[in-house]
Amino acid sequence: MTTEMVNITIDGQKVQVPKTSSVLEAAASQGIKIPTLCYHPELRVEGACRVCVVELQGARSLIASCVYPVNEGMVIKTNTPAVREARKTVVELLLANHPSDCLSCQRNLTCELQNIAGDLGIREVRFDGEKKCLPLDDSNPSLVRDQNKCILCGRCIRACSERQGVHVYSFANRGFDTTVVPAFDQGLHEVNCTYCGQCAAVCPTGAIVEKDDTAAVWRAISDPTKHVVVQTAPAVRVALGEALDLPVGSIVTGKMVSSLRRLGFDKVFDTDFTADLTIMEEGSELLDRLTNGGKLPMITSCSPGWVNFIELTYPDLLDHLSTAKSPQQMFGAVVKTYYAQKAGVDPKDIVSVSIMPCTAKKAEAARPEMNSSGYQDVDYVLTTRELGRMIREAGIDFKTIKEEEFDAPMGIATGAGVIFGASGGVMEAALRTVAKVVTGKELENIEFQNVRGLAGIKEAAIPLKEGLTVKVAIAHTLANARVILDKIRAGEADYHFIEIMACPGGCSGGGGQPISTCLDDKKKRMDGLYQCDTNSALRKSHDNPAVKELYDTYLGKPLGEKSHHLLHTHYHAQKR
Amino acid sequence: MERVRAHVLLCAGTGCVSSGAKKVEAALQVEIAKHGLEKEIKVVETGCHGFCEMGPLVIIYPEGTFYVRVQEEDVAELVENHLLKGRIVERLLYKEPLTAEKVPNYTEIDFYKKQMRMVLANCGHINPEIIEEYIAENGYAALGKAVTTMSPDDVVAEMKKSGLRGRGGGGFPTGMKWEFTKNAKGTKKYVVCNADEGDPGAFMDRSVLEGDPHRVIEGMAVCGYAIGADEGYVYVRAEYPLAIKRLKIAIKQAEDMGLLGDNIFGSKFNFRLKIKEGAGAFVCGEETALLASIEGKRGMPRPRPPFPAISGLWGKPTNINNVETFGNVPQIINKGADWYASIGTEKSKGTKVFALTGRINNTGLAEVPMGITMREIIFGIGGGIQGGKKFKAVQIGGPSGGCLPEHLLDLSVDYDSLIQAGAMMGSGGLVVMDETTCMVDVARFFLNFTKEESCGKCTPCREGTKRMLEILTRITEGDGREGDIELLETLAKNIKATALCGLGQTAPNPVLSTLHYFRHEYEAHIKEKRCPALACPNLITYGIDEKCKGCGVCRKNCPVGAITGDVKAVHELDQSKCIKCGVCFTKCKFGAVTRI
Repeated sequence: MTTEMVNITIDGQKVQVPKTSSVLEAAASQGIKIPTLCYHPELRVEGACRVCVVELQGARSLIASCVYPVNEGMVIKTNTPAVREARKTVVELLLANHPSDCLSCQRNLTCELQNIAGDLGIREVRFDGEKKCLPLDDSNPSLVRDQNKCILCGRCIRACSERQGVHVYSFANRGFDTTVVPAFDQGLHEVNCTYCGQCAAVCPTGAIVEKDDTAAVWRAISDPTKHVVVQTAPAVRVALGEALDLPVGSIVTGKMVSSLRRLGFDKVFDTDFTADLTIMEEGSELLDRLTNGGKLPMITSCSPGWVNFIELTYPDLLDHLSTAKSPQQMFGAVVKTYYAQKAGVDPKDIVSVSIMPCTAKKAEAARPEMNSSGYQDVDYVLTTRELGRMIREAGIDFKTIKEEEFDAPMGIATGAGVIFGASGGVMEAALRTVAKVVTGKELENIEFQNVRGLAGIKEAAIPLKEGLTVKVAIAHTLANARVILDKIRAGEADYHFIEIMACPGGCSGGGGQPISTCLDDKKKRMDGLYQCDTNSALRKSHDNPAVKELYDTYLGKPLGEKSHHLLHTHYHAQKR
Repeated sequence: MERVRAHVLLCAGTGCVSSGAKKVEAALQVEIAKHGLEKEIKVVETGCHGFCEMGPLVIIYPEGTFYVRVQEEDVAELVENHLLKGRIVERLLYKEPLTAEKVPNYTEIDFYKKQMRMVLANCGHINPEIIEEYIAENGYAALGKAVTTMSPDDVVAEMKKSGLRGRGGGGFPTGMKWEFTKNAKGTKKYVVCNADEGDPGAFMDRSVLEGDPHRVIEGMAVCGYAIGADEGYVYVRAEYPLAIKRLKIAIKQAEDMGLLGDNIFGSKFNFRLKIKEGAGAFVCGEETALLASIEGKRGMPRPRPPFPAISGLWGKPTNINNVETFGNVPQIINKGADWYASIGTEKSKGTKVFALTGRINNTGLAEVPMGITMREIIFGIGGGIQGGKKFKAVQIGGPSGGCLPEHLLDLSVDYDSLIQAGAMMGSGGLVVMDETTCMVDVARFFLNFTKEESCGKCTPCREGTKRMLEILTRITEGDGREGDIELLETLAKNIKATALCGLGQTAPNPVLSTLHYFRHEYEAHIKEKRCPALACPNLITYGIDEKCKGCGVCRKNCPVGAITGDVKAVHELDQSKCIKCGVCFTKCKFGAVTRI
């Protein structure tokens, strides 16, 4: 099918662009970067901020290029004195009602409003009237909302409603008093917020940010009585580079490990290790349910945003969730038991830190039941963004730092563990191991292409052996999760196993990842993860020698008593 | 039909009801019964006559005697003298403000004589709650004619030929709008009537809905037939309970008679109407916000294109017109486009209803042919300025409009002339101002309105109206700064150019037009710290001149002891202590307290 094209003139150049483009997209295709604020390439266009205005010949007023469709013969000017003045005035109006504490703002240098003000050459704000003065919402372990920094672009509303189907935020009040708030202006902890952080990931300013836990981690690191271990989630290694001026999708595993050592962590471990462990437990659980008539379909439980969602919104379906803890929490439980014993460290002296692409992980670690080691299993969770800031603060030159290897034993992992960071990755990792267990034979082709990619819902039927075809589904984003759950509720889901991740692209697009408005960031990060898998010597969880040793010397067997105690959990309906 | 000797028409519009019409009605029934006249005299509740200033209004037929400001206690006299003895009650007659002449018949009153009441023809004339009364005035003939003798294309062609333009503000050609919706792809289409009248002081839509609801229903049904819609919504603000009540009655009656429903007039045309009550946000008069509100969403506009004609209510092609626009439709179909197009100017056809308010003698609704001069409306129909004061400006078009000064009084009132003069037709609110009105304060008043009513979606309107209001406020409070005028101009220009919807794009108009015509007043406020109209309290300087008799009243009443002086000696006012409360000015019996 050929794309229908139209002829337009843009800044004097006669060009052909697809008929379905907006003026903004048409301009971008000609190398013209029109500033935007309320626009986000992955969300429905709104046309609210009016920063992207351009001149359309014959129009009464300027038009918002993000929402205006191209049409045959239109003449657009993106860089006239009127356009520049209008954009400047609009941004100046936003600044007039915005705190001017940029230098101490969490989003300093990553703030879109700040960048636009800089690009447009704003040197003074001529309006000096009332500024909004609203209280901070830091009622939960994951996210902090500062409405005074909100520019009412509505991106969080759209992310939460369209992408996640959770509908936490909406506009309230009118005119100058307009705010973006959860229902009845409650805190996020009082509404059905899953803490997925997608709102923070799309926020152009510092109005919604991750709760910063770096100070506590710095304190632990500098406390000589503490043995501080860190685990790094798979998706961090393909995104951390972005926070440190490297191209999107750069694989920075070795640099990340050496940086963490320079920061002062005593042991640098890999969550991939417990991702492999998760596969052993969850794969066994699936086989158990398949053979012993357990509740099907079974659904993954690695994504804490997703777990919050089902507990809040579909509590009747909780017994579909795998009882296996997430890799982060398995790690926490193992590090303060098995590792403590092995390393001869008193678990009370261990501070367990995790680096996650995720804001919901902060809340997961804080769950009261996550203490099977006898202590809080994971003490502090930092997002990729926070780690990036710590590396900057420590003065580490990330570009030139030498790569290093994870510590043994909990830094030993397979390619199956690393692809946990991509939507479809847990499924693929599980299939690699389940196939071996069911057939007794190693798979020849371990790459399951049909569970990869960014399609919202992916389905596949995998013949394992004569008479056993496993039907699977993969969904990412909570809006897609809803579709699957509604199907289960309606009795129309004949899958055996479902992977659900709260965020777009899985953890690669997690709410704690470096902020990006680049359309293919998730794809590039996912490509990086699959590259890590391909580069791995071992690519199946059951081949992980360190995991084998863990079972042989400590846990016994998957689903065994010790596993049950340390690696499995239970869920409950959350009522807020 | 029963025959009676006399009809007593009692206005039961919102204005007259609030000035006591219901009590008058009760008293009428009592007095009529007391004299045993129940079989001879019939009391009829009508819709609004438009002369709200003079309410409650009573017209007694067959003579057509027009009584104004009738109160409960006047009724006994009225019944005894007029209805029993046939004597006119002189003291209740209307007195022309300019000539002081008493006029017994309402068709002879300047306020009515100079109007051309077409859309308002039935208002005050029929009982709006009885469909037969509407039908007796040729009601539903247009719908019958359209569905039985005309094709939808014929109807659209007739509407285009009539030259009718939208009466809600923008003035877009109605026939063209209908044609767009008719030609839009899709089998399900909607007709929506915008009755979210929100301009301060405008109440023509309410009057039509209260006084002649069937006219609007008929206009909508004709539109439904023309564009291929089988469903319509009237979006009416909840603050209009009487309009909603009468509309509900009217819809029920039309359904019962088969004038709404399936197979109207035996044709294949089906049409149903629903009422959606708005919650009173001004912005919901903007069509895309209105549609969002009907859909149950927050009433916020969205950028166009796509226009509602292509993608409107629930994404379906939708034709939206204002109450008065639909009210014009039946007569165009009945009497033909050529007749309609013969009224008005070249580009503005037909009549327009204006709501006259402010410092004018005859407050009320007036329907006039397009092209009439502003002078004729204000002085001919409106009876001139209250208290014999001097005309200063007229604000037309509500918060989106502009203020026109005296030298534009002979301007032709039509869409294009008004735009050219920096105002706009809007929904037809006319606020008349006299010499005591401060034009900066007027701009501040309207900006305060738009700032309060901004939905908050787009930056320029949300933030910009707030900043303009702050600047205007400080100017009127005496804190204006050098450069404020230029700042207002920059803001106004850029808000107009960048705001998302009509509300924001026109919000700066009151500022721009007052700056254009009354810039000297802004300059006096800022540079001389003086309000030429003596309306801004902070900018008035009080003084005491030699007319002072030394009576001491001002001294005793001054709350801050700023006035000193001996008995029978000229007093003095200490400016450093004065808080500009104005008590001395109001208390002085000798006119010795001066204001500059």
